Amino acid sequence: MAFEKVDEILEKHGYRHDALIGIIQDIQRLENYLPLETLRHISHRLEIPLSRIYYIATFYKSFSLEPRGRHIVKVCLGTACHICGATQNLEQMERTLHICEGETTKDMMFSLETVNCVGTCALAPVAIVDDTYYDAVTPEKVEKILSNYATESEGIESEKN
Amino acid sequence: MKKIKSSSDLETLRQTILNKGDHKRQVVRICCTTGCRAGGALKIVEDINKELTERNLEDKIKIKKTGCRGFCENGPVMVIEPDDIFYNKVKPKDVPGIVSETLVNGTPLKRLLYIDPETRKRVKSEKDIPFFGKQVRNVFAKLGKIDPTQIDDYIAEGGYTALCKALTTMTPVEVIETIEASGLRGRGGGGFPTGKKWRSCREAPGIVKYVIANGDEGDPGAFMDRSMMEGDPHSIIEGMIIGAYAIGADRGFIYVRDEYPIAVEHLTTAIEQVHSYGLLGEDILGMGLDFTIEINRGAGAFVCGESTALMNSLEGKVGEPRAKYIHTVESGLWDSPSNLNNVETWANVPLIINRGAEWYADTGTDTSKGTKIFSLVGKVSNTGLVEVPMGITLREIIFDVGGGIRNNRQFKAVQTGGPSGGCIPANKIDMPVDYDTLKELGAMMGSGGMIVMDENTCMVDVAKYFINFLMYESCGKCVPCREGLKQMYEILSNICEGHGEEGDIELLEGLASFIIDASLCALGGSAPNPVLSTIRYFRDEYEAHISRKECPAGVCRNPRIIRALEFGCEAPLKFYEHCILCPQFSEGCLDLAMSTEILEGKKKLVYSSKLDSEDSINANVFKCTTALSYFEKSRQLCGREGRCREEGFLIDLLAGSKQLIYSNTALLKKR
Amino acid sequence: MLVTLTINGQIIHVERETPIFEAAKKLGIPIPTLCHHEALKPYGSCRLCTVEVVKNKWPKLVTSCNYPAEDGLEVKTDTDRVKRTRKMVMELLLARCPHVPAIQQLAQKMGVKTSQFKKKGDEQCILCGLCVRVCDEIVGVRAIGFVGRGTEREMNTPFGIESDTCIGCGACTYICPTSYIEMVERPDAPGGRSLNKGELTLDSCPNSYVCENCDREQQFLLETMQVIEKFRRENEKRRSEQKV
Repeated sequence: MAFEKVDEILEKHGYRHDALIGIIQDIQRLENYLPLETLRHISHRLEIPLSRIYYIATFYKSFSLEPRGRHIVKVCLGTACHICGATQNLEQMERTLHICEGETTKDMMFSLETVNCVGTCALAPVAIVDDTYYDAVTPEKVEKILSNYATESEGIESEKN
Repeated sequence: MKKIKSSSDLETLRQTILNKGDHKRQVVRICCTTGCRAGGALKIVEDINKELTERNLEDKIKIKKTGCRGFCENGPVMVIEPDDIFYNKVKPKDVPGIVSETLVNGTPLKRLLYIDPETRKRVKSEKDIPFFGKQVRNVFAKLGKIDPTQIDDYIAEGGYTALCKALTTMTPVEVIETIEASGLRGRGGGGFPTGKKWRSCREAPGIVKYVIANGDEGDPGAFMDRSMMEGDPHSIIEGMIIGAYAIGADRGFIYVRDEYPIAVEHLTTAIEQVHSYGLLGEDILGMGLDFTIEINRGAGAFVCGESTALMNSLEGKVGEPRAKYIHTVESGLWDSPSNLNNVETWANVPLIINRGAEWYADTGTDTSKGTKIFSLVGKVSNTGLVEVPMGITLREIIFDVGGGIRNNRQFKAVQTGGPSGGCIPANKIDMPVDYDTLKELGAMMGSGGMIVMDENTCMVDVAKYFINFLMYESCGKCVPCREGLKQMYEILSNICEGHGEEGDIELLEGLASFIIDASLCALGGSAPNPVLSTIRYFRDEYEAHISRKECPAGVCRNPRIIRALEFGCEAPLKFYEHCILCPQFSEGCLDLAMSTEILEGKKKLVYSSKLDSEDSINANVFKCTTALSYFEKSRQLCGREGRCREEGFLIDLLAGSKQLIYSNTALLKKR
Repeated sequence: MLVTLTINGQIIHVERETPIFEAAKKLGIPIPTLCHHEALKPYGSCRLCTVEVVKNKWPKLVTSCNYPAEDGLEVKTDTDRVKRTRKMVMELLLARCPHVPAIQQLAQKMGVKTSQFKKKGDEQCILCGLCVRVCDEIVGVRAIGFVGRGTEREMNTPFGIESDTCIGCGACTYICPTSYIEMVERPDAPGGRSLNKGELTLDSCPNSYVCENCDREQQFLLETMQVIEKFRRENEKRRSEQKV
């Protein structure tokens, strides 16, 4: 397995131990998740115990140890969104995608995640797909939002037919 | 680029920028931060630019992508100068009209003007809008005016003059004395006097010292730090350089939340620009100060807002708080003296240096000085960011600035201070907002989130929400926080689901005081606040849930029960009603099994004469006409092919995991 | 530097920054703990060693394992507030691990019969972190560590699979207060023993604890030699350049 790109990241951060979180962030951006072999590789290169890296990868919420879908759907569950009905939106997302929070659809199109607050409370309740923010989401709008991305998705497509 | 080496260099540069004459032209300032971007602000900018190019107007009219004006509720917003026309809720389709009518002819488009809810009249300028009327915009002054990616904009508005003043005319101790005299207190939560903190850090033994800006705005419902970092990054950087000079630090860090990509982008650009002007780097302004700033991105952990956890995270470790018996100003990042302030605190510093401690201390109350930015969210009419003087009453914030409660409902409570803050009830609405009053009321200033709640909010549910939040955000190191919050959540959800028992309130109180007493860090030490404050002011609501099994706000419900009236669509309900009365139901109906598979999306209904395949069921095997007609008619007519809330109910009911009831008696009733 | 403090009214002189726990031990005052061990750095996670200190006339609760002794400090180990706090810790631990004998016994000793909390777990691990720290601080391999956060925190090997760094020394089994990690006989393992953590098995030393012939030792030496070689070459190169 080639790790040239991973080594580039390590090089960019100067193999510094204190840059570990930044390194893992860059690796996640490169690979979309954190594969065991890559983490083992940086453990060897940086001489940091794998258990420490694994602890970081499981402690912080933005890291994923599982491959994630092409589109990341985030439902904000911040206070403002909560009292404006974010939970119902999440339930509807789960129902529509046939997955639970934290999971990825079988066709690897969507990953459903929750986030504590994205700082756009004035638009509550908010959902984010990749980099696009959707404001004042209601369970009725969920399907429409997802269908913007579902054209390539087998899962939703098959149900439409 | 020419480096700035003195105050006169800076002034010369400022004059050059001003003489370019940008400010004399017609300027359209469009908010392009996260909130307005969600409404299509970037598309609007693109369209206007295209329109201007087509009409050959790009030399006459300047488009500026600015930071947040705070009026996020009505975004995207724009201001057209010099006529000072304020447009809200602008859509890309409005662009041709804006260009042809307003920019060319100078006539405001009525439909884009704000409507004053009192007078029902259209208002032309920002200053006539009540939302902005009571605000005092000092820290926020440059937001909405400058393009945060252009350092020249910031300098044109008098930026970096405070830095020049501090470095060239004041000693470090004088800087600290000025900050102390201003009465500035930490804007991130605790409200510790900033000057005192700087002094302790300066006096702490150590050659290497650090200054850190906390931009890990973890409190859900607060977003002033995001706006600050996105819309005016230079104020924060300028504050940090002044702080580094006063404290004697040579490295600075800005710790930004992972969820704020635009903030990271703007801060990075800003730091590069400051470096190129020589105001960061070696020998700043020729005064021998070496200082650099790095940006660290958080990775999604609320606990990293706690100072020691944040420092662990900067060191590349997990955000587990350390025992805080030695203060971080003496032994913080890499065991060196470290001064951590919130980004809003840092942004206050240039103001104080420029205008003086006395000017600053004029605003506010005896113990809380200056202005504070609050994010007003929830069931309030004008959600957004507001900057108000300390000591203003909650009523003024919520009703005068915030425009009161949405849909004319009753105001019930306001939650301040983030997850570990407290809920303040309606009868305390005339209390002044400052650090000490809020603390007396059982809440806290926190980072300044204000979540307004109306009569339809259940306070027990709110408490449960926060405890659930903190339970997952706790680092899990110490027993009181990890195990205590888990039990607390269990008790609260039992109460909410109608299984509360006598004595639960007392148990909650006992557990709360224990968690506050025994936890390792500030997260655990303040985690029970939402429970304590809701018990203090809304004990009757807890009692209603426990003894009468009712939820006065009608929010809580038994999760295992579905009410018939919750069905928005009748077809799935009819399906279930038929099924449950059918004699086949208890005998293991084959049609029902097939229906369930179709409902759950595992199989499809087909009409071909071929045999059943793995993922399809042939329509002609159905004996039950009700089931078949449901799929053939109701589902086809609807066009949504299931995937709706009601079919979710149906699946749960058929599986027996939930129960259908027709009356409200077995539920937590609404009073 | 020596400092003077009082514990339950008794005066004691100790070296500055000595943890209160150690000072109390010298006076023979017992303080219960589940996460502290004299061979390891204080951690302060179980909060069982909580005591009350009075500083500037303001009493507050602190953990004695990591609170440094200072001049004039007044420490109380048996106030009602302290007792209440410790009992609550035990009740919470008892709710987490109702079937662990060590916890049951300690609870009984402290006068806690049952836990008033309804939510009962079936854990054997109290997450005191002793095993993690001994593996890190004493053994120096860090084969096991914490995973996750909040209520989902647990102790495990990375990815929950057999660790490739564990040397099977057994220090973790020795230090574990609840016997969660055990050494089990495993004839197929080279050392004949292995560690059992729930369903997970940690390998014992593949070389029967004979370090001289160990592959890992050899690997380490090899890498060191390569580094030295690299430095030597670079040095020679630089010298020859200087000559030119």
